[in-house]
Parts: sequence; structure tokens; C-alpha cells
Amino acid sequence: MNRLPRWFVAALTVGPAAGLAVFFLWPFVTLLAEALSGEAISATLGRDATWDIVWFTTWQAVVSTVSTVLIAMAPAYVVARFDFRTRRLLVGLLTAVFVLPTVVMGAAILALLPESLDRTVFAIVAAHVVFNLAVVVRLVGAMWEHLPTDMEAAAATLGASRWQVFTQISLPLIRPSVIAAATVVFLFSFTSFGVIRVVGATGTRTVEVEIWRRATQLGDIGGAAVLTMLQLLVLGVGLVWSTAAQRRHSRALGLTLRSPLRRPSGRGERRLVTGVVVATFVVAGAPLVALAVRSFSTPTGWSTTAWTDLGRTEIRPGIRVGVDPWNAIGNSLTNAVWATLLAVAVGGLATLAIAAAGRSGRVLDAGLMLPLGTSAVTIGFGMLITFDAPPVDWRASWWLVPVGHALIAVPFVVRATLGVLRSVDPDLSTAAATLGAPPVRAWRETVVPYLWRPLAAGAGLAAAISLGEFGATSFLSRSGGETMPIAIERLLGRTGSLLQAQGFALATMLAVTTIVAVALTDRLQSGAAPAGRPQPGRDRGSS
Amino acid sequence: MIVTNRLRILATGTVLALVVAACGSDDPTTTEGGGGTVATGEPPAPDATDATDTMSDTGPDTGPDTIGDTTADTSTGDDGPVSGVTLVTYDSFPEADTSLNEALGRFTADTGIDVDILVAGDTGTMLAKAALTAGNPEGDVMWGIDNTFLSRAVEEEIFEPYQASGLENVPSELTDLVPDAAATPVDYGDVCVNYDIGWFDERGLEPPTSFDDLVDPAYAGMLVVQNPATSSPGLAFLLATIDEYGADGWQQYWQALGDNGVEVVESWTQAYYERFTWAGGGPTPMVVSYGTSPPAEVIFADPPRDDAPTGVVESTCFRQVEFAGVLRGTDAPEEARQLVDFLLSAGFQQELPLNLFVYPANSSVDLPQEFVDFAVAPDEPRTLDPEVIDENRAAWIDEWTELVLG
Repeated sequence: MNRLPRWFVAALTVGPAAGLAVFFLWPFVTLLAEALSGEAISATLGRDATWDIVWFTTWQAVVSTVSTVLIAMAPAYVVARFDFRTRRLLVGLLTAVFVLPTVVMGAAILALLPESLDRTVFAIVAAHVVFNLAVVVRLVGAMWEHLPTDMEAAAATLGASRWQVFTQISLPLIRPSVIAAATVVFLFSFTSFGVIRVVGATGTRTVEVEIWRRATQLGDIGGAAVLTMLQLLVLGVGLVWSTAAQRRHSRALGLTLRSPLRRPSGRGERRLVTGVVVATFVVAGAPLVALAVRSFSTPTGWSTTAWTDLGRTEIRPGIRVGVDPWNAIGNSLTNAVWATLLAVAVGGLATLAIAAAGRSGRVLDAGLMLPLGTSAVTIGFGMLITFDAPPVDWRASWWLVPVGHALIAVPFVVRATLGVLRSVDPDLSTAAATLGAPPVRAWRETVVPYLWRPLAAGAGLAAAISLGEFGATSFLSRSGGETMPIAIERLLGRTGSLLQAQGFALATMLAVTTIVAVALTDRLQSGAAPAGRPQPGRDRGSS
Repeated sequence: MIVTNRLRILATGTVLALVVAACGSDDPTTTEGGGGTVATGEPPAPDATDATDTMSDTGPDTGPDTIGDTTADTSTGDDGPVSGVTLVTYDSFPEADTSLNEALGRFTADTGIDVDILVAGDTGTMLAKAALTAGNPEGDVMWGIDNTFLSRAVEEEIFEPYQASGLENVPSELTDLVPDAAATPVDYGDVCVNYDIGWFDERGLEPPTSFDDLVDPAYAGMLVVQNPATSSPGLAFLLATIDEYGADGWQQYWQALGDNGVEVVESWTQAYYERFTWAGGGPTPMVVSYGTSPPAEVIFADPPRDDAPTGVVESTCFRQVEFAGVLRGTDAPEEARQLVDFLLSAGFQQELPLNLFVYPANSSVDLPQEFVDFAVAPDEPRTLDPEVIDENRAAWIDEWTELVLG
């Protein structure tokens, strides 16, 4: 085996590890040290409600995750394998649903559910499924589209049904990415906050909701810290299992840089693709349409004033609301660009390091996932009391917001890329070594080229996450102007039908911005394969 | 192929443009606000000057050229010896582009002190952060701690006691809440049951006038309230019932409310915009909201209207008072005190009603006509001692949760 030198792997690791240590571990430990006390621990663990909350949080997350993964397989397959006219729009739409503020999306989903299911656990699970479809479609799709089609084709030739091909050929090969996506969905559902508050029955609490309530409404930071520990404990178990499983199931594959998409052929296939595409459009599109409609609706009828007056400085003579949508979009895009650059740089390095290193790689991998499963309150408050004195007097620096977004986005970049990198056939670098390439050069020529496309997919997700991020942003003190989600919340928190309609108009604009951003990164992605260079894997992949 | 390439270039260009835009906008906040101030560039209004006496004494002269200069500087604020203070506030406070921000611009013009706004989250989050950083605060002045959180703020010693000048214009029921000048009352308002006037008219039904009416079967299933565990108007409404029926009687009342079909949701937005008949097209014609919601319904109506579509059940109103104060440990105590004085001055207070939809604490300020016509602030509002609230909050909420949701 052609191993990379230790110093090289260490150099790859040091950046991501340092970032994680400074911006996550340090604030986190500082907060725990400040807040944890024997009294808080015994009070929290002694409360029956605590265990009810932990139990409810866990089972609803498991149900949500299983449902999401099962349902999302169909669109993931169709998007990864077939070329159809609305493909990019569909992915953009799913991503928009993923990032829109839960206040507006939750309300839209509630409006579409039958009244009898409103504010039930079913509503919570349904909302989690709709929100997280994009995670599975993107993460699994990033791997699936690299699978050579020849094995599937061979099996089909030998008489296997489409289902047999899926269960016996494709699924075992994409399993690492399925586990990765399931892990992310589980983290999201487990730490769910907005969905629970908007569509759940009143008083429904996940650990995350309870942490927020204890810390901010009751001033019980100690209790919140204990709950954070409990939350991490459960998630830690899940993460250890997931990282081990991803490694176990990943195997070297003759990956193609990208299997060509093809148009569906034959009646059955066309039906399948059309059915899946239409169903996905309905599920993801209906809530978006619902909110666009609400931007035109007033208590007394239809009106376009919300749109025509949007960003007008004076809503009524002398009265301004101080919400400038263009400014808010600018702020959101600025944050998104920085967060994406950071997340891609850190995530890309981290993936290379994780794929190249052994045990320490796994530690880094799990460590980078932790911020996803840690409550936003904890991170925000931790930063507040850690970065409070020179030389790290960074509180309320504008860049803490994109750093916070990047903390949440890095795991997506890693998940999108790692599965692909691990599957790169080691024969390739052995061959390169045989031909006289030193390890680092062999690595650069054989492994790195596979990084770009999944990295672009990760970048799209990172940008989307940053555009829609609300939790972390709202717990960091900010002075850099409002982002879109913050402006939407502020409008919807005030009385007045015009302001309400404008909130929904702004939400519609955020949806459109996201769809455009995702479509653009997707275009970039199409061009991300290195051109004019022998394409590794091609010879082994599909013809 | 060509098409793809062109799109690629476009996309790359867009990303580059975004990066450039990002680099160029290190300080995107106050440019517009500053511009607005220049446009109004007139000497402070007469009623503003008499309340800002203190500042005129200490500040530089307020000739027109100074105003022009300093306001132009508000956006950068880093050249010259101009000092600055940071105003920490809750998330419904506008960061820029309103007359409230322009008023702060006038303070800068008069004193040479820049004001940066730092949004810390909702009131509870803001207080929790202030408690964590007490003595080494994030800013210099805090705006917006209300009476349900006041005694925790005092106990955590987040404020430096300060007797603001201009307090003589504040009614004693507000100043009595802070006998040692631990904080400065700056505004007030009420949380009250609102009703949909048209809905009741159509059915020839009289709206209720008291808490007892709300449990009358004639009004069954007509009220939506917020969860006091997670919503501040929800908590205020619970406190109002405790004020009415006492610490031992409210449980029975809520039992009756429950029997009469009261609906509980998590947040004000949900109650008002999803469930309320008027604003949300929902099934419930009464909602817990604010005494100032009716004027907001008039001002932000689409199409414009001159009568209020919603009314207020006055006897249900619970008083919320908000406080400002100098944060203990500030490195600009003198400037911070000047800002607190300004926050209480008529020039700033007169902007509160139409920006935050609260009543100014400074009683020398004239109210806008919409407030006079449509807002409700009872002379004898319900209230509870902040200390009593703080001592019992957690227990009451737990008991309520058990009783109503359990």
C-alpha cells in the first residue's frame, strides 16, 4: 500500500482540527465549566420530565429519520440517474424547502395537512420528512451518480428486476452515503426546535426546546448545560455507530467521475420517473406556493401592496419599519459566501485528512459532526463567555455569524465528499506509485480529482444552510444588519396585515434566492471535473 | 457545450461578484441611517432640546456644520477621537432606517458619541446573556428588560444604578418599581385580550368585558392564548389571571377556561396570524395580544382604513414596563449615562409609539393620533410586584403546564 507520509496527513488535519477546537470545543467546555454544578445535575436528572423529554426526542427522531430515508430514496435515484428537463429546478426546490425558516414553512405545512393531523406527532414527522428530503437527495445523490452504471446494466441483462438491481447492487454500494445522510437527518430531527414549536402540540418539548427554555426563559443555565450533556451523550452513541458503519461499508469501487445521465427510456421507466418527479414537486412545491399565496392575501381580500411597497422606505407617511429586503438579501448572501468558503476549505481539507488517516481521522470525523448536534443556545452562550477578553475579544464581531454557519455546514461538506473519496480504488495510486510517482504526487493525481464534484455539492448545501440559518444567528449577538430569516421573523412578530404579507413576500424571495443559488452551484458542479487530463476510473467504469 | 461554458462563466462571475461584495461591506449597517439623518439635517426640535439640556452642557456645540459632520461619520465612526457606546437591545428593535435610529443619530450629532446597536435576541435571551457577562458586558447600555424579568436583572447585578435626568417626567407608578434607581423605566404597554369587532357584530354578540365573561359558555371556544412557558404575552396573561383570582384561585379559573375550550398555542405569531379570525382567517375571534395592536392594525392596514378592526377587553390588561440601564462594567460610563438620559428625553421618547408600539414613559410627550384613537392603556392596569413574579415564575409555569397541557 502506498501510504502518505505522516507529516503530510498531519498537515491536512491541523487546520480543521484547530478550527473545531477554537470555535466549538473551547466555548463549549468553557460554558460547561461555568454552568455545571452538582446541584444542577441532580435537579435535572431527578426530574421526571427530563426523561420524558429525552425519550420523546429520541423516538420521534428515529421515526423521522427512517421515514425520510425511505421516502427520499426514490427522488435520490431519479435525480442521480436520469436526465429530465426539471431536474435542476427540482433539486433547487427541495433545497429551498430545507432552508426556509421553520416559522413560515411550518405554517405552510400545517395549512396543507388535514385538520385532524394538525399538531400531532404525525405533523412533526411529516414536517421533518419534507424539510430533510434535500439532505438525502443531495448526500446520497453525490455518491450514486459516481457509481458506474455497468454493474447495474449487467445485472439487468442477466434478468434482475429493477428492485433486485437496487437491493443487491446499488444499495450495498451506496450504503455509506445512506448512513451518512441518515446520520445528518437524525441529528437535525433530534435537535429540532422550530418544527416542534410550530407544528407540534402546544407544550411538546424536545431536549433542544427545553435547553432554550431553561437557559433563556427561566435563567437556569446550569439545567440547560446538563441537558446539553444528555443530548450529546445520545448523539455520541449514534455518531460512533455511524462513523464505524460508514467505514465498514465503504469499499473500493471503480468510480466514474460522473456516470452520464440518461433520459428515461421505455414505458415503465418513463412512468417511474414522471411519477417520482411529480410527487416530489407536489410535496416540496405545495408549501412554497402556499406562502407565495399568503404574500398576496389580506384580511379583506387580495392585494399586491406587500410586493409593491416592499423596501419602500415609508410604509405610511413618516412610518418606516426598517426592513430593507435588498439589504437583508445582501447580508444573507455575504454571510453565505463567507460561510461557504470557510466550510468548503475546512471541509475539503478535513475530508482528505479523514480519508488518509486512520483512527485519528475517525475522531476528527465525529468531532466535526458535533456542532450539528449541539444546541445553538449552548454554542452561542459559550462563544459569548469565551471570546470576551483580549486577545480574543471577538464577541459581536460580524464574522462570528459566518463562522457559526460554517460550523454547521462543514459536516455536510464532509458527508458529501467522504463517501466518494473512500471508494477511490487504491489500485490507482498503487499503479501511480509503480510508475514512479512519490506518494503525495500519486495521491494528488488519483484521489484529489474525485474531490471537486462532491465538494461542489457540499458547497451548494453549505450556501443554502447559511442562507436559511436562524438558530445560531439569533443566539449570537449581532450588529451587522439583518439576514433574511431574521427580517422575516421580525415582520411576522408584529401586528399589521401589511407587515404579515411582507413577511411572506420576503420568505418567497428567500425561496427564489435559494433556488437560484443552488442552480448556480449545480452549474459550477457540472464543470468541476478536471478537463484535459486523463480521467482516472474511466477505464474501469462504464464504457 | 457552448451554452454550458457560458453559464459556467456566468456562475463563476456571480460567485466572484458576491465575494467582492462581501469584502466591500464590512460595515453594512448604518450607511442608510446616516444618510437619512443628513436629509433631516435640521437642529433638534424644540421639545427635544429641553430634554437634552444635560448633553448640550457637556457636548460640543450643536451648530449646523457639526451636525453634518458627525452624522456623516456615524457609518464609520472610527476616525478621530469620537467615542462610541453600544446599545444592547432585543430583536424587535430596528437596527437602521427608522425614525428611532434617526433620533439616535441626533444624539450623536449633539454629543459626538456614536451609538452602535447590538441585537442580543428576545428579552429572555438578552437577559441570560447579560447575566452570564455581568461585570464584563457586551455593550454599555441595555434597552428593554421588562417587569417580568426586572428583579432577576437586579439580582444578577447587570446594571449600575443610575438616577437618570428627566425622571421627573416619569409617572411614579413606573419609578416606584425601581426605588433605588437600579434601572430606568423607559416605556410601557399592556397585554390584553383582543377581539375581532366585525365577527362579533355579524353575530350580534357583545364582546366580553371581564375575566369571568371568558368562562361563560356564550364565549365557548372563542379564545386563543399563548403558552406562558415560551411566550411573553402568554406569561403576562397568566399573571393577569393570578392578579385577578389570587395565587390560590387562578388554578380553578384556568380549569374553567379549559372547560370553555380555550386554545393554547406556542407563540404570539401563531395565535395572531394562524388562529385569530381577523388576521389569520382562523376559527378564534379573541386572542391575547397587545393594547396597542388596534392602532397597528389601522396604520399597517392594506388597503388603508381609518377605523380599528379589532378591540381590546380592557379589564384583562396586564401592564408591561420596560427598563433601560447602564451595564455594570462598561468602559464608557459617562457616555453610557448620557445615552440613558437621552433615551428618556422627549426627542427619543416621541418616536417610541409608532416604532415599538409602546407608550413613552416620559409623560411630557404627545401621543400620535392613532394611539389616542385606538390604543388602550387602562389607568388602573393589572400588575404584580416584579419580585413576586421572579420568585414564583418557574413554579407557576410548571403548575400551569401540568394543569392545562398535562
